Amino acid sequence: MTASTAGPFDTERTRSVRGASWTAFRAMLLRDFTILDKRLPQFVAGTVMQPLMLVFVLTNLFPRIGQAVGGGGGASRFSSLLMAGIVAQTIIFIGIFSVGTEMVRELGVTGEVEDRILAPTPIFVVAAEKIVSGGLQALFGAMVVFPIGAFVPSTPVYLEVRPIVLLTLTPLACVTAAALGLTMGARFSPGTASYLFGVVALPLSFLGAIFYTWPSLDAVPLLQYALLVNPLVYASEGFRAALVAGEPHLSLFVVYPAMIVSAVVFTVLGMRGLRERVLS
Amino acid sequence: MFLVPRLQQTPGWLSRPDISILRPRMHSLPPANISRPGGTVTLASEGESAGNGATPHPGAADVISTTALKKVYPGGMVAVDELSLSVRRGEIFGLLGPNGAGKSTTVGMLTTRVIPTSGSAVVNGIDVVAEPARAKQVIGVVSQANTLDQGLNVWENLYFHGRYFGMSAQASRAATNDLLERFRLADKKTAEVEALSGGMARRLMVARALLHQPAVIFLDEPTVGLDPQSRIALWEVLGELQDEGQTVLVTTHRMEEADEHCDRLAIMDHGRIKAVDTPAGLKARLGGGASVTVRADGEIEKLASQLRRAVFTTEVQVVDGHVRISLPQAEGAMQLVLAAAQAGRFRLTDLAVSCDNLETVFVKLTGKDLRE
Repeated sequence: MTASTAGPFDTERTRSVRGASWTAFRAMLLRDFTILDKRLPQFVAGTVMQPLMLVFVLTNLFPRIGQAVGGGGGASRFSSLLMAGIVAQTIIFIGIFSVGTEMVRELGVTGEVEDRILAPTPIFVVAAEKIVSGGLQALFGAMVVFPIGAFVPSTPVYLEVRPIVLLTLTPLACVTAAALGLTMGARFSPGTASYLFGVVALPLSFLGAIFYTWPSLDAVPLLQYALLVNPLVYASEGFRAALVAGEPHLSLFVVYPAMIVSAVVFTVLGMRGLRERVLS
Repeated sequence: MFLVPRLQQTPGWLSRPDISILRPRMHSLPPANISRPGGTVTLASEGESAGNGATPHPGAADVISTTALKKVYPGGMVAVDELSLSVRRGEIFGLLGPNGAGKSTTVGMLTTRVIPTSGSAVVNGIDVVAEPARAKQVIGVVSQANTLDQGLNVWENLYFHGRYFGMSAQASRAATNDLLERFRLADKKTAEVEALSGGMARRLMVARALLHQPAVIFLDEPTVGLDPQSRIALWEVLGELQDEGQTVLVTTHRMEEADEHCDRLAIMDHGRIKAVDTPAGLKARLGGGASVTVRADGEIEKLASQLRRAVFTTEVQVVDGHVRISLPQAEGAMQLVLAAAQAGRFRLTDLAVSCDNLETVFVKLTGKDLRE
């Protein structure tokens, strides 16, 4: 062998990028779930508390003390439509707070993402892993809050599960949430991270068709159409279609394309954002 | 075909007690490699001479090779300018320079995290710019900041690193245990990384960078913020690695460390390389002088003129009752002065020789201006 710039090491024995990426991807997932396992009590408490409080006060306490809630449809109808909203909100919140704040910390404070950035794989694979791991956490969170929405209300909750819609919509919502979190995490610095709750999560949540259905906003058409920029609206309406009996909701012909577009757009933005933060 | 076994590809290496047997020392390279063109390049980018050639790994193949590497940051700041550099297999190569010289940007480009504006960088035969993901297989990085994974404990930090690099669970576990033992961190294996001292954290980061058996490890200011004991311990570790043939590129602005531990040094300033050589070569070329201070009984002025005649030197001064002589080279300085004093029958009461050091060389090349 004539020594070229390659030197004596036979570099062709390096693994293919595809193979190396796949093993790195799995190892990073394993890392994320090892950490989740360590922090499980905190994760569950953090995930459950907000929906539990909301559902308890609005659908258990209010009906019992005679506080008006749910408009003309009554408390039972409100409990049912809130059920879908709570699942959607939990998923999106895990995306923003679990993935988003973790990325803010790892990128801006500790720099601990470095070891994964230097793993033998392109940066987009690191981003993709974060989205998959965040999405699985969101799924787990949704499963934890499901019983809360179903059993905490003091009035009956009318569920009618449409399995195909549920099974297709849930992964879409989870990916959108995690990708949204990654996008936010890469864009926000540690100094501005506190705005994530006030400026991002609160408006998304209150204007996210959680406590009301989108069709019921007919009375306020301007707001009704303005809300269509909020991905949480599609998730809430989609879960309403998948879970709740007899409640008008946004057409699935709108929900699915919108969810797919949200998932793709935020995935691209998140991947780009991470790349911009770690490469210069 | 000459092949050095790639440890990265041999998960079974851990079963061997001494990994150095898998890493042939560089002087065992066959002549074919020794005579390779460019193998002894130590040229500075400004065309300075290559020094005395007495380098510790002459002819060893280049692990790192850059050609006209340039980085211009948005806003027009030129951080690294037409940098051409070769680092040979098995050497500890130091990048020395003041703050803002471009050392970290250079390391950033070589480790795929900074994208060069132009030029090329090849690490272990892999084009870093064209194939960053593949290049990452052959590099290990120790950053200046503590970037240990805080969600994981000491043991897990190493174990998962191995897994990211494709090691099996068993191989990564074995490598982790081995390195923790070797880096004297075994008793901390279940500790959270936040609980480690600065020195331990840095050792753990070095261990992590080595776990996947990279062809070269990069250390950016590894001893900054460490106490003297930790600094010594870290250099001991690096010395052991060097004995095993590990190539190391280290950036530093600690002159004495660079002088003592690096096989070769590049002095950088304003994004360019001012000189590349062994520490001794640099001192011989650009410093190499000595200053001798003499005290004696009797008339000190007479001694001064005696010395002036004897040493043919540029500067002999009488300062505060002693004679200070600046000599162009340190070698033989003491004998010269002693002989001249004896010839004049002076009885010396004190004689001190201080050699020019790397700092003198560094300041000569980079100036005395304060940097940000």
